[in-house]
Amino acid sequence: MRVVVAGYGPSAHRLIETLVTRGFDGEIVVVGEEPRPAYDRVHLTSYLTEGADLGYPVPPGVTTLLGARVTGIDRDGKAVVTDDGRREPYDVLVLATGSAPFVPPVPGAERAFVYRTIEDLEAIRKAAESARHGVVVGGGLLGLEAADALRGLGLSTAIVEIAPWLMPRQVDEGGGAVLKGHIEALGLGVHTGVMLERVEDGRVVLKDGGEIPAEVVVFSAGIRPRDELARAAGLEVGERGGIVVDAGMRTSDPSIYAIGECALAGGMVYGLVGPCNTQAEVAADRIMGGESSFGGADMSTKLKLLGVEVAQFGAMGGALDVTYMDPVGGVYKRLFISDDAQTLLGGICVGDATPYTNLKGFVGKPLPAAPADLLFTGSGVQLDLPDDAQVCSCNNVCAGEIREAIAVQGLTDVGGIKSCTRAGTTCGSCVPMLKQLLVKSGVEVSKALCEHFDQSRAELFDIVRVRGITTFSQLIAEHGRGRGCDICKPAVASILASLHNQHVLDGELAALQDTNDHFLANIQKNGTYSVVPRIPGGEITPDKLIVIGEVARDFGLYTKITGGQRIDLFGARVEQLPQIWKRLVDAGFESGHAYGKALRTVKSCVGSTWCRYGVQDSVGLAIALELRYRGLRSPHKLKAAVSGCARECAEARSKDFGIIATEQGWNLYVCGNGGFKPRHADLLVSDVPTDELIKIIDRFLMFYIRTADRLQRTAAWLESLEGGLDYLRQVVVEDSLGICADLEAQMERHVATYFDEWRAVLEDPDKLRRFTSFVNAPGVPDPSIVFETERDQIKPVLVPLEVVRK
Amino acid sequence: MTELLIDRPIGTWVPVCSYAELIPERGVCVLVSGRQIAIFRDFGGRLYAVGNLDPFSGAHVLSRGIVGTRGSEPTVASPMHKQVFSLVTGVCLDDPAVSVPTYPVRVREGRVEVSA
Repeated sequence: MRVVVAGYGPSAHRLIETLVTRGFDGEIVVVGEEPRPAYDRVHLTSYLTEGADLGYPVPPGVTTLLGARVTGIDRDGKAVVTDDGRREPYDVLVLATGSAPFVPPVPGAERAFVYRTIEDLEAIRKAAESARHGVVVGGGLLGLEAADALRGLGLSTAIVEIAPWLMPRQVDEGGGAVLKGHIEALGLGVHTGVMLERVEDGRVVLKDGGEIPAEVVVFSAGIRPRDELARAAGLEVGERGGIVVDAGMRTSDPSIYAIGECALAGGMVYGLVGPCNTQAEVAADRIMGGESSFGGADMSTKLKLLGVEVAQFGAMGGALDVTYMDPVGGVYKRLFISDDAQTLLGGICVGDATPYTNLKGFVGKPLPAAPADLLFTGSGVQLDLPDDAQVCSCNNVCAGEIREAIAVQGLTDVGGIKSCTRAGTTCGSCVPMLKQLLVKSGVEVSKALCEHFDQSRAELFDIVRVRGITTFSQLIAEHGRGRGCDICKPAVASILASLHNQHVLDGELAALQDTNDHFLANIQKNGTYSVVPRIPGGEITPDKLIVIGEVARDFGLYTKITGGQRIDLFGARVEQLPQIWKRLVDAGFESGHAYGKALRTVKSCVGSTWCRYGVQDSVGLAIALELRYRGLRSPHKLKAAVSGCARECAEARSKDFGIIATEQGWNLYVCGNGGFKPRHADLLVSDVPTDELIKIIDRFLMFYIRTADRLQRTAAWLESLEGGLDYLRQVVVEDSLGICADLEAQMERHVATYFDEWRAVLEDPDKLRRFTSFVNAPGVPDPSIVFETERDQIKPVLVPLEVVRK
Repeated sequence: MTELLIDRPIGTWVPVCSYAELIPERGVCVLVSGRQIAIFRDFGGRLYAVGNLDPFSGAHVLSRGIVGTRGSEPTVASPMHKQVFSLVTGVCLDDPAVSVPTYPVRVREGRVEVSA
């Protein structure tokens, strides 16, 4: 079977993804007029403000024709033709042509922009460069998004809305008033109950005679389904547009489906991602012979616009209502209730969306508590969502399914729920509900580090910090039990090192270290170790390079360049390590901490000194950062990079912290990761000068060190941080917890007390003594270590395992 | 800390190092008649000796593992892939089908002696 999809937006993506995931064995061809595969339109604004990567991966085996538009359907010949002259035969055609922004027919409308595609955003960004004022026409959900984007581009921005208040589809007049207060407080102009007269050069003119200066005008006044293909092919369309489909998303031609914003399902055109995804899944199921159907959708919305939480669920009216309004705090909450005061019908929230999280699942069901109690956060009302209550409206997942997944799969965190059920993977607004379900499912979400400590790593960190504890023995005697294990000992060793920065082999600390930290080298599969001297920023003199080569040659070590711009020397026996390091230290090298959960490297591109594209000295900054944070022990390894321009040759966005030079300063990205689950780092601050940059990295690293779990990389830490990137920014940039001075001071102590731990070993006979293979035969090398040669270097010969495990 | 002895009536006692040299909760390796033996001193001062060969990885590394407890059992975790072994019985607590040999060990006049 050959499926052709006309249009490649999020609904088309969901359709082909569902087909591929379910093992569809036919051919899939997608024709999209944009020059790229589908991307996440919900988070468009973040593309402009943070340069977010919004693209969805193309499912395997799907043929994509990008930059091509379907221009006609030959229903008799069962083929579509495209504007580049192709003819694509189909067995099943799916129309996913989406919608077009509605452009009001006013004079000068051609001067205005719309806000839908990445091309639109690029055009707005370009226009904003030479502009000071912006106006958004349309005060709905998308209009406020667009206004936020203009504000983010530095324009003084106003919103014009024809209805008497903002977001008329989501909130009532009272909510609109509170919302207006929030938005005006941000410095945006709000003009409601007024129509646009015309757009002129440098301003818009309103029907009431008012004028607003605007070099950039964006129309965001609703959408119109793109049904022209269907119309021309004689398919049934609605009176006010939209391709008519049945409950199986089939059009009046049984070989043609329509999904997403171009479809008219049950007399409605749906513009929200949730219902469109459901439509795509229904169509995919039907194509594969299934019988699922689309019976309308929950239009509940919860979003954060311009920093304000706005939510609406269920009905927007009822016989009775209860309202809580706090104009000072900017909070408005209203519940609608049936005339017998028994059933919850819906609600509206502005400034605090807690009722949405707690009550959405109770729509149409008996009120779980007195309405007044329900409107106050933290009133102690404990609510249990009914099993059929929809939790994730984007992916249509109910509480019961999530509870079952938790129980059957033994899930213990939100990440597990996301990957098992897809709940929370699209807009993320239900993540707080997922957390509640986890807690209430009786799944004991144990935070205990191991059998010896009931506390989490972060709690132990605070205990050690606040009580000034300096030894593991004191900590376990007073706060734990037993004598520890391979989990808690290195974790506590890391906490003590982060706080006190003693030598890791001093006194009792020596017994806590994993073998890598104990021998200050990386254990390899045959029990030998590898050595990595620090090469800050990847910059090295020829003389030092020669020393590394000579050491490797003289000790017969296997040599390899690492991914972090350093050199790894393999195959050293423990008794060789001090001899190797004596030569390296004498030549001016220091420990590279490749063996530690610590700062590894700050990689750099060549930067503005040599590169004809570079705009800043990336090497200089990388060296300064590596020297500043060297030796910093942390919950897991830390990797960093600095790129000297937007070409990003240092791959900074795959690092725990990555810096990319701009004309004005530096952009700081945090919590990226390569490895098992790659993650692009998120933009934390942009265009900051060097001193400001370092201050923020200091705080970021120390906040991570204080609060992360054991062996939790920054990427996973950020994912688990309640409030995510916004919260992180509040804490380390805006100092919302008032701890920034403390974090900076802690980093200053680290920097001031740094020493090279290999040099310290060489200067301490007691520590040196530990580097022997056999204490009763110090001169004898371990006879079990044997090498052969491969490509002119050594390679370990391993003992066959079946012999070992006889 | 006078008599630290796990009784086993075999072999001859071989002195291998001084007791004071041993770091509490850390191991050393000794070579006795071609065999690699890992010797550990626990927090209370008691001694244990097990084979140095990690049966899971095939590398001679158990003496470099982290010493601790599981319940009341003194243990060492392989530094390679963290399987935990009882220091008393040599049995792997994560996979009881696997074990490492144990050896008698004692202290005589400040010297650690093993019998292998």
